[in-house]
Amino acid sequence: MNDTSAAPSRPPPPARRRRWTWIDTALLAAVLAALGWFAYRTEAVMFYRWNWSVVANYLIKVDPATGHWQPNALLDGLFATLRLAVWGLVLATLIGVPMGVARNSRRLFPRLVSGLYVMVIRNIPPLVLVFVVAFFVANQILPGLGIRAALARAPDWLQTTCAVLFGPPKIIENIIVGLLCLAIFTGAYVAEIVRAGIESVPRSQIEAGESLGLTRFQILRDVILPQALRNVLPPLANQFIQMIKDSSLVSLVSVQELTFVAQDVQIATQRVFEVFLFVGFLYFAVCWSLSRLFARLEARARAAG
Amino acid sequence: MTAAPMITMTGVNKWFGRFHVLKDIDLAVAAGERIVICGPSGSGKSTLIRCINRLEEHDEGRIVIDGIELDEDTRNIAAIRREVGMVFQQFNLFPHLTVLENCVLAQRRARGTPRKEAEARAMHYLERVRIPEQAGKYPARLSGGQQQRVAIARSLCMEPKVMLFDEPTSALDPEMIKEVLDVMIDLAGTGMTMIVVTHEMGFARQVADRMVFMDQGRIVEAASPADFFAAPKSDRASLFLSRILTH
Repeated sequence: MNDTSAAPSRPPPPARRRRWTWIDTALLAAVLAALGWFAYRTEAVMFYRWNWSVVANYLIKVDPATGHWQPNALLDGLFATLRLAVWGLVLATLIGVPMGVARNSRRLFPRLVSGLYVMVIRNIPPLVLVFVVAFFVANQILPGLGIRAALARAPDWLQTTCAVLFGPPKIIENIIVGLLCLAIFTGAYVAEIVRAGIESVPRSQIEAGESLGLTRFQILRDVILPQALRNVLPPLANQFIQMIKDSSLVSLVSVQELTFVAQDVQIATQRVFEVFLFVGFLYFAVCWSLSRLFARLEARARAAG
Repeated sequence: MTAAPMITMTGVNKWFGRFHVLKDIDLAVAAGERIVICGPSGSGKSTLIRCINRLEEHDEGRIVIDGIELDEDTRNIAAIRREVGMVFQQFNLFPHLTVLENCVLAQRRARGTPRKEAEARAMHYLERVRIPEQAGKYPARLSGGQQQRVAIARSLCMEPKVMLFDEPTSALDPEMIKEVLDVMIDLAGTGMTMIVVTHEMGFARQVADRMVFMDQGRIVEAASPADFFAAPKSDRASLFLSRILTH
Protein backbone atom coordinates (compact mmCIF):
# COMPACT_ATOMS: atom_id res chain seq x y z
CA MET A 1 0.00 0.00 0.00
CA ASN A 2 1.37 3.41 -0.83
CA ASP A 3 -0.10 6.29 1.06
CA THR A 4 -2.22 7.99 -1.60
CA SER A 5 -5.22 7.27 0.60
CA ALA A 6 -3.65 9.43 3.25
CA ALA A 7 -3.35 12.42 0.90
CA PRO A 8 -5.64 15.21 2.12
CA SER A 9 -8.69 15.68 -0.09
CA ARG A 10 -8.73 19.06 -1.78
CA PRO A 11 -11.43 21.10 -3.49
CA PRO A 12 -11.86 20.70 -7.26
CA PRO A 13 -10.08 23.16 -9.58
CA PRO A 14 -12.19 26.21 -10.46
CA ALA A 15 -14.64 25.53 -13.27
CA ARG A 16 -13.58 26.87 -16.64
CA ARG A 17 -15.66 29.89 -17.55
CA ARG A 18 -17.39 29.96 -20.88
CA ARG A 19 -15.81 32.83 -22.74
CA TRP A 20 -17.34 35.37 -25.03
CA THR A 21 -15.63 34.90 -28.39
CA TRP A 22 -15.54 36.96 -31.56
CA ILE A 23 -18.13 34.57 -33.05
CA ASP A 24 -20.63 35.66 -30.41
CA THR A 25 -19.88 39.31 -31.16
CA ALA A 26 -20.37 38.75 -34.89
CA LEU A 27 -23.66 36.92 -34.36
CA LEU A 28 -24.97 39.59 -32.01
CA ALA A 29 -24.01 42.29 -34.52
CA ALA A 30 -25.80 40.42 -37.31
CA VAL A 31 -28.98 40.08 -35.25
CA LEU A 32 -28.93 43.77 -34.28
CA ALA A 33 -28.35 44.78 -37.90
CA ALA A 34 -31.30 42.71 -39.06
CA LEU A 35 -33.56 44.21 -36.40
CA GLY A 36 -32.36 47.70 -37.28
CA TRP A 37 -33.03 47.12 -40.96
CA PHE A 38 -36.53 45.85 -40.20
CA ALA A 39 -37.25 48.91 -38.03
CA TYR A 40 -35.91 51.19 -40.74
CA ARG A 41 -38.11 49.54 -43.41
CA THR A 42 -41.27 49.80 -41.31
CA GLU A 43 -40.59 53.35 -40.12
CA ALA A 44 -38.91 55.14 -43.00
CA VAL A 45 -39.81 53.20 -46.13
CA MET A 46 -43.26 51.78 -45.47
CA PHE A 47 -44.33 54.64 -43.21
CA TYR A 48 -46.17 52.03 -41.18
CA ARG A 49 -47.92 53.37 -38.16
CA TRP A 50 -48.43 50.77 -35.51
CA ASN A 51 -51.83 50.80 -33.92
CA TRP A 52 -52.01 48.21 -31.20
CA SER A 53 -55.26 49.56 -29.79
CA VAL A 54 -57.26 47.52 -32.32
CA VAL A 55 -55.82 44.39 -30.78
CA ALA A 56 -56.88 45.54 -27.33
CA ASN A 57 -60.36 46.43 -28.59
CA TYR A 58 -60.88 43.03 -30.11
CA LEU A 59 -59.55 41.31 -27.04
CA ILE A 60 -62.10 42.63 -24.55
CA LYS A 61 -64.98 45.02 -24.86
CA VAL A 62 -67.56 46.70 -22.68
CA ASP A 63 -71.02 45.29 -23.11
CA PRO A 64 -73.10 48.39 -23.96
CA ALA A 65 -76.21 46.94 -22.29
CA THR A 66 -74.73 46.04 -18.90
CA GLY A 67 -71.55 48.09 -18.78
CA HIS A 68 -69.53 44.98 -17.84
CA TRP A 69 -66.28 43.94 -19.47
CA GLN A 70 -66.61 40.87 -21.63
CA PRO A 71 -64.32 38.93 -23.96
CA ASN A 72 -64.32 40.05 -27.55
CA ALA A 73 -63.55 38.08 -30.71
CA LEU A 74 -59.82 37.46 -30.19
CA LEU A 75 -60.21 36.24 -26.63
CA ASP A 76 -63.15 34.03 -27.67
CA GLY A 77 -60.92 32.64 -30.41
CA LEU A 78 -58.18 31.93 -27.90
CA PHE A 79 -60.65 30.08 -25.68
CA ALA A 80 -61.85 28.07 -28.69
CA THR A 81 -58.27 27.13 -29.49
CA LEU A 82 -57.64 26.14 -25.87
CA ARG A 83 -60.75 23.93 -25.91
CA LEU A 84 -59.56 22.32 -29.13
CA ALA A 85 -56.16 21.78 -27.54
CA VAL A 86 -57.48 20.16 -24.37
CA TRP A 87 -60.03 17.88 -26.04
CA GLY A 88 -57.68 17.14 -28.90
CA LEU A 89 -55.01 16.08 -26.42
CA VAL A 90 -57.46 13.82 -24.59
CA LEU A 91 -58.90 12.27 -27.76
CA ALA A 92 -55.54 11.86 -29.47
CA THR A 93 -54.27 10.04 -26.38
CA LEU A 94 -57.38 7.85 -26.28
CA ILE A 95 -56.80 6.92 -29.92
CA GLY A 96 -53.02 6.91 -29.99
CA VAL A 97 -52.23 4.81 -26.91
CA PRO A 98 -54.43 1.79 -27.83
CA MET A 99 -53.26 2.05 -31.43
CA GLY A 100 -49.64 2.12 -30.31
CA VAL A 101 -50.27 -0.92 -28.13
CA ALA A 102 -51.99 -2.66 -31.03
CA ARG A 103 -48.93 -2.03 -33.20
CA ASN A 104 -47.02 -4.35 -30.86
CA SER A 105 -49.81 -6.88 -30.50
CA ARG A 106 -49.09 -10.57 -30.94
CA ARG A 107 -52.36 -10.90 -32.84
CA LEU A 108 -52.51 -10.15 -36.52
CA PHE A 109 -55.79 -8.23 -36.64
CA PRO A 110 -54.95 -5.39 -34.25
CA ARG A 111 -51.55 -5.10 -35.88
CA LEU A 112 -53.14 -4.79 -39.30
CA VAL A 113 -55.75 -2.24 -38.23
CA SER A 114 -53.30 -0.01 -36.39
CA GLY A 115 -50.67 -0.37 -39.11
CA LEU A 116 -53.18 0.65 -41.75
CA TYR A 117 -54.40 3.58 -39.67
CA VAL A 118 -50.91 4.94 -39.16
CA MET A 119 -49.97 4.33 -42.78
CA VAL A 120 -53.00 6.15 -44.20
CA ILE A 121 -52.90 9.14 -41.87
CA ARG A 122 -49.16 9.65 -42.01
CA ASN A 123 -49.17 9.83 -45.77
CA ILE A 124 -51.89 12.38 -46.43
CA PRO A 125 -51.61 16.09 -45.62
CA PRO A 126 -53.64 17.24 -42.60
CA LEU A 127 -55.45 19.80 -44.70
CA VAL A 128 -56.70 17.14 -47.10
CA LEU A 129 -57.81 15.04 -44.15
CA VAL A 130 -59.78 18.01 -42.79
CA PHE A 131 -61.61 18.37 -46.10
CA VAL A 132 -62.25 14.65 -46.45
CA VAL A 133 -63.63 14.37 -42.94
CA ALA A 134 -65.60 17.60 -43.28
CA PHE A 135 -67.31 16.65 -46.51
CA PHE A 136 -68.00 13.01 -45.67
CA VAL A 137 -68.55 12.93 -41.92
CA ALA A 138 -69.86 16.43 -41.42
CA ASN A 139 -72.11 16.68 -44.44
CA GLN A 140 -73.33 13.09 -44.67
CA ILE A 141 -73.28 11.48 -41.25
CA LEU A 142 -73.41 14.07 -38.46
CA PRO A 143 -76.65 15.84 -39.48
CA GLY A 144 -78.37 12.45 -39.38
CA LEU A 145 -77.48 12.11 -35.72
CA GLY A 146 -79.35 15.31 -34.96
CA ILE A 147 -76.92 16.52 -32.31
CA ARG A 148 -77.34 20.16 -33.16
CA ALA A 149 -81.12 19.94 -33.25
CA ALA A 150 -81.17 18.12 -29.93
CA LEU A 151 -78.91 20.74 -28.38
CA ALA A 152 -81.14 23.54 -29.69
CA ARG A 153 -84.07 21.99 -27.80
CA ALA A 154 -82.00 21.27 -24.72
CA PRO A 155 -82.48 23.27 -21.49
CA ASP A 156 -80.39 26.40 -21.00
CA TRP A 157 -78.00 24.91 -18.46
CA LEU A 158 -77.05 22.16 -20.91
CA GLN A 159 -76.47 24.69 -23.67
CA THR A 160 -74.31 26.78 -21.36
CA THR A 161 -72.31 23.74 -20.30
CA CYS A 162 -71.82 22.83 -23.93
CA ALA A 163 -70.69 26.37 -24.72
CA VAL A 164 -68.16 26.34 -21.88
CA LEU A 165 -66.81 22.87 -22.58
CA PHE A 166 -66.92 22.63 -26.35
CA GLY A 167 -68.08 25.90 -27.91
CA PRO A 168 -71.24 27.53 -29.26
CA PRO A 169 -74.04 24.93 -29.71
CA LYS A 170 -74.82 26.45 -33.11
CA ILE A 171 -71.56 25.18 -34.57
CA ILE A 172 -71.26 22.04 -32.45
CA GLU A 173 -71.12 19.87 -35.55
CA ASN A 174 -68.21 21.83 -36.99
CA ILE A 175 -66.44 21.57 -33.66
CA ILE A 176 -66.96 17.81 -33.56
CA VAL A 177 -65.55 17.49 -37.07
CA GLY A 178 -62.60 19.72 -36.29
CA LEU A 179 -61.83 17.80 -33.11
CA LEU A 180 -62.15 14.47 -34.90
CA CYS A 181 -59.68 15.62 -37.55
CA LEU A 182 -57.17 16.81 -34.98
CA ALA A 183 -57.51 13.66 -32.88
CA ILE A 184 -57.35 11.23 -35.80
CA PHE A 185 -54.39 13.03 -37.26
CA THR A 186 -52.42 13.44 -34.05
CA GLY A 187 -53.43 9.97 -32.83
CA ALA A 188 -51.48 8.34 -35.65
CA TYR A 189 -48.27 10.06 -34.58
CA VAL A 190 -48.97 9.39 -30.91
CA ALA A 191 -49.43 5.72 -31.85
CA GLU A 192 -46.00 5.61 -33.44
CA ILE A 193 -44.43 7.34 -30.45
CA VAL A 194 -46.16 4.95 -28.02
CA ARG A 195 -45.02 1.99 -30.09
CA ALA A 196 -41.42 3.19 -29.91
CA GLY A 197 -41.85 3.71 -26.17
CA ILE A 198 -43.16 0.19 -25.63
CA GLU A 199 -40.27 -1.22 -27.63
CA SER A 200 -37.85 0.74 -25.45
CA VAL A 201 -38.89 -1.22 -22.34
CA PRO A 202 -36.70 -4.31 -22.00
CA ARG A 203 -38.30 -7.75 -22.37
CA SER A 204 -37.01 -8.68 -18.94
CA GLN A 205 -39.64 -6.36 -17.45
CA ILE A 206 -42.37 -8.47 -19.02
CA GLU A 207 -40.73 -11.61 -17.66
CA ALA A 208 -40.55 -10.11 -14.18
CA GLY A 209 -44.28 -9.38 -14.37
CA GLU A 210 -45.07 -12.84 -15.70
CA SER A 211 -43.03 -14.53 -13.00
CA LEU A 212 -45.11 -12.69 -10.39
CA GLY A 213 -48.34 -13.99 -11.89
CA LEU A 214 -49.54 -10.74 -13.47
CA THR A 215 -51.78 -11.03 -16.53
CA ARG A 216 -50.75 -9.63 -19.89
CA PHE A 217 -53.09 -6.69 -19.44
CA GLN A 218 -51.77 -5.95 -15.95
CA ILE A 219 -48.20 -6.10 -17.21
CA LEU A 220 -49.08 -3.67 -19.96
CA ARG A 221 -50.92 -1.24 -17.68
CA ASP A 222 -48.75 -1.38 -14.56
CA VAL A 223 -45.29 -2.20 -15.87
CA ILE A 224 -44.83 -1.45 -19.58
CA LEU A 225 -46.94 1.65 -20.29
CA PRO A 226 -45.75 3.76 -17.34
CA GLN A 227 -42.14 3.19 -18.37
CA ALA A 228 -42.88 3.51 -22.08
CA LEU A 229 -44.72 6.83 -21.72
CA ARG A 230 -42.02 8.20 -19.47
CA ASN A 231 -39.40 7.34 -22.08
CA VAL A 232 -41.30 9.16 -24.82
CA LEU A 233 -42.38 12.31 -22.96
CA PRO A 234 -40.21 14.62 -25.11
CA PRO A 235 -41.55 13.45 -28.50
CA LEU A 236 -45.09 13.35 -27.06
CA ALA A 237 -44.74 16.97 -25.97
CA ASN A 238 -43.59 17.80 -29.47
CA GLN A 239 -46.59 16.10 -30.99
CA PHE A 240 -49.12 17.83 -28.76
CA ILE A 241 -47.56 21.22 -29.43
CA GLN A 242 -47.71 20.40 -33.13
CA MET A 243 -51.40 19.57 -32.68
CA ILE A 244 -52.17 22.95 -31.12
CA LYS A 245 -50.55 24.65 -34.08
CA ASP A 246 -52.39 22.34 -36.50
CA SER A 247 -55.64 23.32 -34.80
CA SER A 248 -55.54 26.46 -36.94
CA LEU A 249 -56.45 24.18 -39.87
CA VAL A 250 -59.94 23.57 -38.53
CA SER A 251 -60.74 27.22 -39.14
CA LEU A 252 -61.41 25.91 -42.64
CA VAL A 253 -64.48 24.04 -41.41
CA SER A 254 -65.81 27.19 -39.76
CA VAL A 255 -64.70 26.52 -36.22
CA GLN A 256 -64.19 30.01 -34.86
CA GLU A 257 -60.83 29.44 -33.24
CA LEU A 258 -57.96 31.86 -33.01
CA THR A 259 -56.84 31.83 -36.65
CA PHE A 260 -60.39 32.06 -37.96
CA VAL A 261 -61.14 35.03 -35.72
CA ALA A 262 -57.84 36.66 -36.60
CA GLN A 263 -58.76 36.64 -40.27
CA ASP A 264 -62.12 38.28 -39.44
CA VAL A 265 -60.50 40.94 -37.31
CA GLN A 266 -57.83 41.57 -39.89
CA ILE A 267 -60.46 42.11 -42.59
CA ALA A 268 -62.49 44.39 -40.34
CA THR A 269 -59.54 46.50 -39.21
CA GLN A 270 -57.05 46.21 -42.08
CA ARG A 271 -54.37 45.76 -39.42
CA VAL A 272 -52.54 42.71 -40.74
CA PHE A 273 -49.28 43.08 -38.81
CA GLU A 274 -50.72 43.86 -35.40
CA VAL A 275 -53.37 41.17 -35.52
CA PHE A 276 -51.19 38.34 -36.76
CA LEU A 277 -48.18 39.29 -34.67
CA PHE A 278 -50.41 39.25 -31.63
CA VAL A 279 -52.09 35.98 -32.63
CA GLY A 280 -48.65 34.48 -33.18
CA PHE A 281 -47.74 35.59 -29.68
CA LEU A 282 -50.89 33.95 -28.28
CA TYR A 283 -50.07 30.62 -29.97
CA PHE A 284 -46.54 30.94 -28.66
CA ALA A 285 -47.81 31.52 -25.13
CA VAL A 286 -50.11 28.48 -25.25
CA CYS A 287 -47.54 26.14 -26.82
CA TRP A 288 -44.73 27.35 -24.62
CA SER A 289 -46.83 26.82 -21.48
CA LEU A 290 -47.51 23.27 -22.60
CA SER A 291 -43.83 22.65 -23.23
CA ARG A 292 -43.04 23.93 -19.72
CA LEU A 293 -45.67 21.56 -18.33
CA PHE A 294 -44.05 18.63 -20.11
CA ALA A 295 -40.59 19.75 -18.96
CA ARG A 296 -41.86 19.57 -15.37
CA LEU A 297 -43.33 16.13 -15.99
CA GLU A 298 -39.96 15.00 -17.37
CA ALA A 299 -38.14 16.40 -14.37
CA ARG A 300 -40.49 14.53 -12.06
CA ALA A 301 -40.03 11.32 -14.05
CA ARG A 302 -36.26 11.70 -13.83
CA ALA A 303 -36.43 12.27 -10.10
CA ALA A 304 -38.32 8.99 -9.75
CA GLY A 305 -35.48 6.70 -10.61
CA MET B 1 -39.62 -38.21 0.61
CA THR B 2 -43.14 -38.80 1.79
CA ALA B 3 -45.62 -36.82 -0.28
CA ALA B 4 -45.80 -36.39 -4.04
CA PRO B 5 -42.93 -34.32 -5.41
CA MET B 6 -43.41 -30.56 -5.66
CA ILE B 7 -42.00 -30.50 -9.18
CA THR B 8 -41.88 -33.37 -11.65
CA MET B 9 -40.29 -33.04 -15.05
CA THR B 10 -40.52 -36.10 -17.28
CA GLY B 11 -38.98 -36.43 -20.71
CA VAL B 12 -38.79 -32.67 -21.23
CA ASN B 13 -37.30 -31.55 -24.53
CA LYS B 14 -36.95 -28.08 -25.92
CA TRP B 15 -35.52 -26.55 -29.05
CA PHE B 16 -34.56 -22.96 -29.88
CA GLY B 17 -35.06 -23.08 -33.63
CA ARG B 18 -32.97 -26.10 -34.63
CA PHE B 19 -30.85 -25.95 -31.48
CA HIS B 20 -31.73 -28.70 -29.01
CA VAL B 21 -31.40 -26.92 -25.65
CA LEU B 22 -33.02 -29.43 -23.30
CA LYS B 23 -32.64 -33.15 -23.91
CA ASP B 24 -34.83 -35.71 -22.12
CA ILE B 25 -34.86 -33.92 -18.79
CA ASP B 26 -36.19 -36.03 -15.90
CA LEU B 27 -36.15 -34.31 -12.56
CA ALA B 28 -38.27 -34.63 -9.44
CA VAL B 29 -38.00 -32.08 -6.67
CA ALA B 30 -39.53 -32.84 -3.27
CA ALA B 31 -41.23 -30.18 -1.18
CA GLY B 32 -38.61 -28.40 0.88
CA GLU B 33 -35.78 -29.76 -1.22
CA ARG B 34 -32.97 -27.42 -2.22
CA ILE B 35 -31.36 -28.07 -5.53
CA VAL B 36 -28.37 -26.33 -7.04
CA ILE B 37 -27.94 -26.62 -10.78
CA CYS B 38 -24.50 -26.02 -12.21
CA GLY B 39 -22.75 -26.57 -15.48
CA PRO B 40 -20.91 -24.74 -18.23
CA SER B 41 -22.58 -21.78 -19.90
CA GLY B 42 -24.99 -22.74 -22.64
CA SER B 43 -25.73 -26.06 -20.98
CA GLY B 44 -29.44 -25.23 -20.58
CA LYS B 45 -29.55 -24.49 -16.83
CA SER B 46 -31.44 -21.22 -17.15
CA THR B 47 -33.74 -22.60 -19.81
CA LEU B 48 -34.60 -25.51 -17.52
CA ILE B 49 -35.74 -23.36 -14.62
CA ARG B 50 -37.44 -20.91 -16.97
CA CYS B 51 -39.56 -23.81 -18.20
CA ILE B 52 -40.80 -24.38 -14.65
CA ASN B 53 -42.71 -21.07 -14.60
CA ARG B 54 -43.37 -21.02 -18.32
CA LEU B 55 -41.12 -18.13 -19.24
CA GLU B 56 -40.04 -20.71 -21.82
CA GLU B 57 -42.38 -23.24 -23.32
CA HIS B 58 -41.21 -26.86 -23.45
CA ASP B 59 -41.84 -28.73 -26.68
CA GLU B 60 -42.10 -32.29 -25.38
CA GLY B 61 -42.62 -34.03 -22.07
CA ARG B 62 -44.55 -33.14 -18.92
CA ILE B 63 -43.99 -30.64 -16.18
CA VAL B 64 -46.22 -30.93 -13.10
CA ILE B 65 -45.95 -28.45 -10.26
CA ASP B 66 -47.78 -29.03 -7.01
CA GLY B 67 -50.24 -31.24 -8.84
CA ILE B 68 -50.90 -28.77 -11.66
CA GLU B 69 -49.73 -29.69 -15.12
CA LEU B 70 -48.17 -26.97 -17.25
CA ASP B 71 -49.99 -27.03 -20.55
CA GLU B 72 -51.67 -24.65 -22.95
CA ASP B 73 -54.33 -23.75 -20.37
CA THR B 74 -53.56 -20.18 -19.42
CA ARG B 75 -55.34 -20.58 -16.08
CA ASN B 76 -52.85 -23.27 -15.16
CA ILE B 77 -49.98 -21.04 -16.15
CA ALA B 78 -51.31 -18.20 -14.02
CA ALA B 79 -51.88 -20.54 -11.07
CA ILE B 80 -48.36 -21.94 -11.33
CA ARG B 81 -46.77 -18.53 -11.63
CA ARG B 82 -48.46 -17.46 -8.43
CA GLU B 83 -46.94 -20.47 -6.65
CA VAL B 84 -43.47 -20.16 -8.18
CA GLY B 85 -41.27 -17.16 -7.46
CA MET B 86 -38.29 -16.23 -9.56
CA VAL B 87 -35.18 -14.15 -9.00
CA PHE B 88 -33.28 -13.01 -12.08
CA GLN B 89 -29.63 -12.38 -12.76
CA GLN B 90 -30.35 -8.72 -13.61
CA PHE B 91 -32.84 -8.25 -10.70
CA ASN B 92 -35.54 -6.94 -13.08
CA LEU B 93 -37.09 -4.63 -10.51
CA PHE B 94 -39.71 -2.23 -11.84
CA PRO B 95 -37.70 1.02 -12.12
CA HIS B 96 -40.76 3.32 -12.07
CA LEU B 97 -41.95 1.99 -8.71
CA THR B 98 -40.45 2.38 -5.25
CA VAL B 99 -39.09 -0.63 -3.41
CA LEU B 100 -42.32 -0.90 -1.43
CA GLU B 101 -44.49 -0.54 -4.55
CA ASN B 102 -42.41 -3.22 -6.27
CA CYS B 103 -43.34 -5.57 -3.46
CA VAL B 104 -46.99 -4.51 -3.31
CA LEU B 105 -47.97 -4.48 -7.00
CA ALA B 106 -48.34 -8.20 -7.69
CA GLN B 107 -49.94 -8.92 -4.33
CA ARG B 108 -52.69 -6.43 -5.12
CA ARG B 109 -53.12 -7.34 -8.77
CA ALA B 110 -52.60 -11.09 -8.87
CA ARG B 111 -53.89 -11.97 -5.41
CA GLY B 112 -56.26 -9.09 -4.75
CA THR B 113 -54.71 -8.44 -1.35
CA PRO B 114 -55.95 -5.19 0.27
CA ARG B 115 -53.36 -2.41 0.26
CA LYS B 116 -52.77 -2.30 4.01
CA GLU B 117 -52.18 -6.02 4.22
CA ALA B 118 -49.97 -6.03 1.12
CA GLU B 119 -47.84 -3.22 2.52
CA ALA B 120 -47.50 -4.95 5.88
CA ARG B 121 -46.39 -8.16 4.18
CA ALA B 122 -43.98 -6.20 1.96
CA MET B 123 -42.39 -4.62 5.02
CA HIS B 124 -42.19 -8.01 6.70
CA TYR B 125 -40.22 -9.49 3.82
CA LEU B 126 -38.11 -6.36 3.35
CA GLU B 127 -37.08 -6.85 6.97
CA ARG B 128 -36.33 -10.49 6.25
CA VAL B 129 -33.90 -9.40 3.53
CA ARG B 130 -32.59 -6.68 5.91
CA ILE B 131 -33.50 -3.69 3.84
CA PRO B 132 -36.69 -2.13 5.35
CA GLU B 133 -35.12 1.34 5.54
CA GLN B 134 -34.98 1.52 1.71
CA ALA B 135 -38.72 0.96 1.22
CA GLY B 136 -39.41 4.47 -0.08
CA LYS B 137 -36.53 4.60 -2.55
CA TYR B 138 -36.50 3.85 -6.25
CA PRO B 139 -34.44 0.83 -7.38
CA ALA B 140 -31.91 2.95 -9.28
CA ARG B 141 -30.82 4.46 -5.93
CA LEU B 142 -29.83 1.07 -4.53
CA SER B 143 -26.68 -0.98 -4.95
CA GLY B 144 -26.83 -4.22 -6.94
CA GLY B 145 -26.84 -6.32 -3.80
CA GLN B 146 -29.67 -4.29 -2.32
CA GLN B 147 -31.66 -4.51 -5.55
CA GLN B 148 -31.30 -8.27 -5.64
CA ARG B 149 -32.47 -8.54 -2.03
CA VAL B 150 -35.51 -6.41 -2.93
CA ALA B 151 -36.16 -8.76 -5.85
CA ILE B 152 -36.10 -11.70 -3.45
CA ALA B 153 -38.49 -9.91 -1.09
CA ARG B 154 -40.78 -9.05 -4.01
CA SER B 155 -41.02 -12.72 -4.93
CA LEU B 156 -41.51 -13.83 -1.34
CA CYS B 157 -44.42 -11.40 -0.95
CA MET B 158 -46.41 -13.73 -3.21
CA GLU B 159 -45.73 -16.46 -0.61
CA PRO B 160 -44.65 -18.96 -3.25
CA LYS B 161 -44.14 -22.65 -2.63
CA VAL B 162 -41.10 -22.77 -4.87
CA MET B 163 -38.36 -20.22 -5.48
CA LEU B 164 -36.27 -20.26 -8.63
CA PHE B 165 -32.95 -18.41 -8.71
CA ASP B 166 -31.36 -17.77 -12.10
CA GLU B 167 -27.72 -16.91 -11.39
CA PRO B 168 -28.74 -14.40 -8.70
CA THR B 169 -25.20 -13.26 -7.91
CA SER B 170 -23.61 -13.27 -11.37
CA ALA B 171 -24.30 -9.59 -12.04
CA LEU B 172 -23.05 -8.44 -8.64
CA ASP B 173 -19.79 -6.87 -7.57
CA PRO B 174 -17.80 -9.31 -5.42
CA GLU B 175 -18.36 -7.45 -2.17
CA MET B 176 -22.15 -7.67 -2.57
CA ILE B 177 -22.40 -11.37 -3.29
CA LYS B 178 -22.31 -12.37 0.36
CA GLU B 179 -25.26 -10.22 1.44
CA VAL B 180 -27.43 -11.89 -1.19
CA LEU B 181 -26.21 -15.40 -0.44
CA ASP B 182 -26.83 -14.80 3.29
CA VAL B 183 -30.46 -13.97 2.54
CA MET B 184 -30.75 -17.11 0.43
CA ILE B 185 -29.19 -19.26 3.16
CA ASP B 186 -31.73 -17.77 5.60
CA LEU B 187 -34.51 -18.65 3.21
CA ALA B 188 -33.22 -22.20 2.87
CA GLY B 189 -33.52 -22.47 6.65
CA THR B 190 -37.26 -21.83 6.45
CA GLY B 191 -37.90 -24.99 4.44
CA MET B 192 -38.60 -23.26 1.13
CA THR B 193 -38.32 -25.43 -1.96
CA MET B 194 -35.48 -23.85 -3.95
CA ILE B 195 -33.89 -24.42 -7.30
CA VAL B 196 -30.78 -22.33 -7.73
CA VAL B 197 -28.68 -21.94 -10.84
CA THR B 198 -25.34 -20.64 -9.59
CA HIS B 199 -21.58 -20.92 -9.76
CA GLU B 200 -21.26 -20.21 -6.04
CA MET B 201 -19.97 -23.60 -4.96
CA GLY B 202 -19.49 -22.55 -1.35
CA PHE B 203 -23.19 -21.76 -1.17
CA ALA B 204 -24.00 -25.04 -2.92
CA ARG B 205 -21.99 -27.07 -0.39
CA GLN B 206 -23.67 -25.32 2.50
CA VAL B 207 -27.27 -25.33 1.33
CA ALA B 208 -27.94 -27.86 -1.40
CA ASP B 209 -29.64 -31.19 -0.74
CA ARG B 210 -28.76 -32.24 -4.23
CA MET B 211 -26.42 -31.01 -6.96
CA VAL B 212 -27.56 -31.25 -10.55
CA PHE B 213 -24.85 -31.00 -13.16
CA MET B 214 -25.89 -30.15 -16.71
CA ASP B 215 -23.95 -30.17 -19.94
CA GLN B 216 -25.14 -29.71 -23.51
CA GLY B 217 -28.80 -29.80 -22.55
CA ARG B 218 -28.65 -32.98 -20.48
CA ILE B 219 -28.65 -33.69 -16.79
CA VAL B 220 -25.35 -35.49 -16.64
CA GLU B 221 -25.21 -36.08 -12.94
CA ALA B 222 -27.34 -35.57 -9.84
CA ALA B 223 -25.86 -36.31 -6.45
CA SER B 224 -25.57 -35.05 -2.89
CA PRO B 225 -23.05 -32.19 -2.59
CA ALA B 226 -20.71 -34.36 -0.54
CA ASP B 227 -20.54 -37.01 -3.23
CA PHE B 228 -20.58 -34.54 -6.09
CA PHE B 229 -17.70 -32.41 -4.88
CA ALA B 230 -15.62 -35.31 -3.54
CA ALA B 231 -15.98 -37.70 -6.43
CA PRO B 232 -17.91 -36.56 -9.51
CA LYS B 233 -18.87 -39.60 -11.53
CA SER B 234 -18.62 -38.04 -14.96
CA ASP B 235 -15.51 -36.70 -16.63
CA ARG B 236 -17.36 -33.58 -17.72
CA ALA B 237 -18.38 -32.75 -14.17
CA SER B 238 -14.87 -33.23 -12.82
CA LEU B 239 -13.48 -31.08 -15.63
CA PHE B 240 -16.07 -28.40 -14.85
CA LEU B 241 -15.31 -28.54 -11.13
CA SER B 242 -11.57 -28.38 -11.67
CA ARG B 243 -12.08 -25.23 -13.72
CA ILE B 244 -14.24 -23.33 -11.30
CA LEU B 245 -12.72 -24.54 -8.03
CA THR B 246 -9.08 -23.81 -8.83
CA HIS B 247 -9.32 -20.13 -7.99
